[in-house]
Amino acid sequence: MMGEAMRVEAAARRLEFRDPKRAQALTKALASLCQEIGRPVSIMHVCGTHEQAIARFGLRSLLPEKLTVLMGPGCPVCVTDMPEVDEAVVLARQGVIVATFGDMFRVPGSVRSLAEVKAEGADVRVVYSPFEALRIARETEREVVFFATGFETTAVATAALVLASPPQNLAILSAHKYIPPVMEIVAEMPQTRVQGFLAAGHAATITGWRIFERFVARHRIPVVAGGFEPLDILAALAELLRLIRDGETRAVNAYPRCVTADGNRQAQRLLWEVFETEGGNWRGIAHVPNGNLRLRAKYAWADARRRFDIDPSSISAEARPGLSQECICGNIMAGIASPYDCRLFGAECAPQNPVGACMVSSEGTCKIWHEYGGHLSFRT
Amino acid sequence: MCLGAPGKVIEVNGLSASVDFWGVKRKVRLETVDEPVGIGDYVLVHVGFAIRRIPEEQVQETLALYDELVAAEKKDLMAADIQGEVEAAGKHDGRGDES
Ligand code: SF4
Repeated sequence: MMGEAMRVEAAARRLEFRDPKRAQALTKALASLCQEIGRPVSIMHVCGTHEQAIARFGLRSLLPEKLTVLMGPGCPVCVTDMPEVDEAVVLARQGVIVATFGDMFRVPGSVRSLAEVKAEGADVRVVYSPFEALRIARETEREVVFFATGFETTAVATAALVLASPPQNLAILSAHKYIPPVMEIVAEMPQTRVQGFLAAGHAATITGWRIFERFVARHRIPVVAGGFEPLDILAALAELLRLIRDGETRAVNAYPRCVTADGNRQAQRLLWEVFETEGGNWRGIAHVPNGNLRLRAKYAWADARRRFDIDPSSISAEARPGLSQECICGNIMAGIASPYDCRLFGAECAPQNPVGACMVSSEGTCKIWHEYGGHLSFRT
Repeated sequence: MCLGAPGKVIEVNGLSASVDFWGVKRKVRLETVDEPVGIGDYVLVHVGFAIRRIPEEQVQETLALYDELVAAEKKDLMAADIQGEVEAAGKHDGRGDES
């Protein structure tokens, strides 16, 4: 593991790549803001890409001691509930062709992952885009189900697929999740104590930053939409600290390159034409009212849950063995634990033999920390 | 997966566009973008769909992060995600509108 000094140096070297003066000014600003605030501050982001950038560029080593930046439930694959994976597994076992994103392929359900049922002979295909599922459906007479995961950014693409008059043998099994409601849940968790949210830039590209105003008013917690450059992230953090220092609860846009007040209206139109929100479990976190996206009744013909008789109880008798009981992914995504608190991290659980979803997905905190390193002195 | 990838529009065909991602030519759907997109524009693409036309004055700044990541090793997580976004865009098979 890299020493602290080396880590700072490495981060600085990478930041030199662009505007080192601005990086230095931002780091200084963060330090003095923290000093002015005087007490420890926790900021949560809700985006796997933010975590990738923070870990990759070693940004935590540039943060003042008193500032903790946590990754919340920002990995769509990780928050997909086991029973949702079970539904896909059951469908695959029933002889349906299941198409899904690569990260979802290896995530364990309560008994099997899709990769495991594929090894047993089921037809599971990894796709990069919803439109590949469409191509698969066009080339076969068999039933094809697209097991759709991802936040609103990705759900827009699934909506476009449904609206592109797909062939009748294609259906959607939606495990799409909607971010704004889960922020409410995490903000209300007594152990979490988040004082500010860094909102994900590209989800906000769709929804617009103003969507967070209601949340801000209700919870008196500032929200700043931020981009993915190291400097974007540092700037967004500085903005959050400024708001916290001044006791100002506002939603602010620190990523005007991609985020506007009202977002991408055309994408929203497609999204809400096809989907509506419903309550559902986010794996390891909680039941989230309005946190899931399901197809509206008018698109029942494209909804795998309405078209097929999916009976997950048919596999529940096959209990999943041992280690997964010890996975603390849920606590990590709720901001109350770090991967280093997991006994299995890097040993029994690693990217080649993942125990939990957070080690499978490239957006999972455990995988990201395993690949890039996290922070030596993680504080909760 | 939410990172998306920016590419340059080289041809528009109804709701489908040919987009150049670091020299790789791919097809991208346009029904998800809220502004008219023309040849020479840069769009941010996620799972094969354009979700934003990047304003001209912000193109260079947007590309800067990606240029470094694209040059990184394949096993780098962010580089792999960008690669995945490029893969997600339709193969360029010379046909017209795909759907
Ligand atoms: S290291 Fe593995 S088992 Fe531990 S919390 Fe992370 S994903 Fe779960």
